[in-house]
Amino acid sequence: MSGIEARFRLGFDEFALDVELTLPGRGVTALFGHSGSGKTTLLRCIAGLERAPGGYLAVDGEVWQDGERFVPTHQRPLGYVFQEASLFAHLSVRRNLEYGMRRVAEQERRVALDHAVELLAIGPLLERMPERLSGGEKQRVAIARALAVSPRILLMDEPLAALDLARKQEILPYLERLHDELEIPLLYVSHAPDEVARLADHIVALDHGRAVAEGPLAATLARLDLPIRLGEDVGVVIDATVGERDEAWHLIRADFAGGGVWVRDTGLALGHAVRVRILARDVSLSLSHQDDTSILNLLPGTVAELADDSHPALALVRVEVGGTPIVARLTRRSAAALGLTPGQPVWLQIKAVALIG
Amino acid sequence: MGFSDADFAAIWLTLRLATVTTALLLLIGTPIAWWLARTRSWLKAPVGAVVALPLVLPPTVLGFYLLVMMGPNGPVGQLTQSLGLGVLPFTFWGLVVASVFYSMPFVVQPLQNAFEAIGDRPLEVAATLRAGPWDTFFSVIVPLARPGFLTASILGFAHTVGEFGVVLMIGGNIPGATRVVSVQIYDHVEAMEYAEAHSLAAAMLVFSFLVLLALYQFNPTRPRK
Repeated sequence: MSGIEARFRLGFDEFALDVELTLPGRGVTALFGHSGSGKTTLLRCIAGLERAPGGYLAVDGEVWQDGERFVPTHQRPLGYVFQEASLFAHLSVRRNLEYGMRRVAEQERRVALDHAVELLAIGPLLERMPERLSGGEKQRVAIARALAVSPRILLMDEPLAALDLARKQEILPYLERLHDELEIPLLYVSHAPDEVARLADHIVALDHGRAVAEGPLAATLARLDLPIRLGEDVGVVIDATVGERDEAWHLIRADFAGGGVWVRDTGLALGHAVRVRILARDVSLSLSHQDDTSILNLLPGTVAELADDSHPALALVRVEVGGTPIVARLTRRSAAALGLTPGQPVWLQIKAVALIG
Repeated sequence: MGFSDADFAAIWLTLRLATVTTALLLLIGTPIAWWLARTRSWLKAPVGAVVALPLVLPPTVLGFYLLVMMGPNGPVGQLTQSLGLGVLPFTFWGLVVASVFYSMPFVVQPLQNAFEAIGDRPLEVAATLRAGPWDTFFSVIVPLARPGFLTASILGFAHTVGEFGVVLMIGGNIPGATRVVSVQIYDHVEAMEYAEAHSLAAAMLVFSFLVLLALYQFNPTRPRK
């Protein structure tokens, strides 16, 4: 069967990991949480770099760890990208790339070295020594090196955390290409909301060594019982495509199942896949369509669920817009005044939409 | 200033002893240094202390115990006799064994420092790139620890060339078998042959300087990034 089944229990002095997960065998799964939440430890357990006695791990139905066996890291068909690039200082970029590839049997090589080099655009760097690369270049080489072993699963431990903002922006497009062009499932450890919102298809939120929420990104972010805050606020991320361009007003419409929202035109082609992020605090509700408003994005939907927010004055409301959930934050007084109940039709007024990726 | 045949014999013997000792020390010292660099066992401190003993012990003490151990009635002596090797004291191989102990810290400590400086990460990276432990050691650790191996070899060799007390205790003064340069110099002085002593002593001085010069030249202590 495809996917990853993992069960680990591990106790340190001031920290315990206790997780039982079934993760999809495709797409990008983000392991998201604060530092100390256990996300890196979980990743290291999956790689076999950390031993969790009594744990269980199977990847695509192949058991890597159970009560009797523990497949050592070097016999697991995985790729791993560390937070620091950790290139071998005594080898050129080319020899770094070849190091892992040469140790994989020829019939198991599915990612050509040329393809990895091309994906990460590191062709001009091949003959350099690692000390002569910038931080961003090093990390791109490290990602290509991990790809070159034709991994069945790619593990990344905060690959952007050690880089400044400009270098992050340099690498993110390459990670998106991996996501779009390769069949390899990616486990991505991060505490950065923008990276998760941009890259992840599936999310596991970790806190104090436990998985507090898990599921497809859009649905999990829209859960009201356990609102996961990607950053400062509750909000949803929606996969969309560019459906229309309004040349006169410099806007494009991002279409998704059930509707579309207008955002600033960034020059993307029609049909291009994009992600939009809508924060709960930027969404308000009304019972009728408002014509005399400056708000551009008005969508009809149906109230699905109401819940209390962290402050007693506030409530969260999940509204389904043709199958796509959007979360709004209101005062409880407003919710009571409107008499909101599940099943009720409402209009969403979306004040701000962020285009990501 | 010239060397007699006896001087040349002593020089040749010394170089042979130092070469064999250094080769053996790299073979024995590398796993010890690796273990000391990686272990979390409580044995680390005691083993480290034993390895470092020759740094502080008078050579005569070390030589005395080795003599007793390897002598006809000592445990090592009994073993070598039962294996048909005879007894080691007053032979070339006796000197080799003694030199290995005597120069051990000069090989183990630079290697241990080099291994510790490398840290865990390159090992983990190699493992995720399909390299097993032996493969990792030879393809990653040895190249990264090259300066450490260079230092260890030079110090091990030079320190063996310079030993005197242990040799006297365990090897005596047999021409061609155990009479190394330092003993030869001692003999010259005893016989009031100051000119001959001077030649050899000066040669040793120049040799030692050149060795250390090479060490500092090829292996400058650079701040690591």
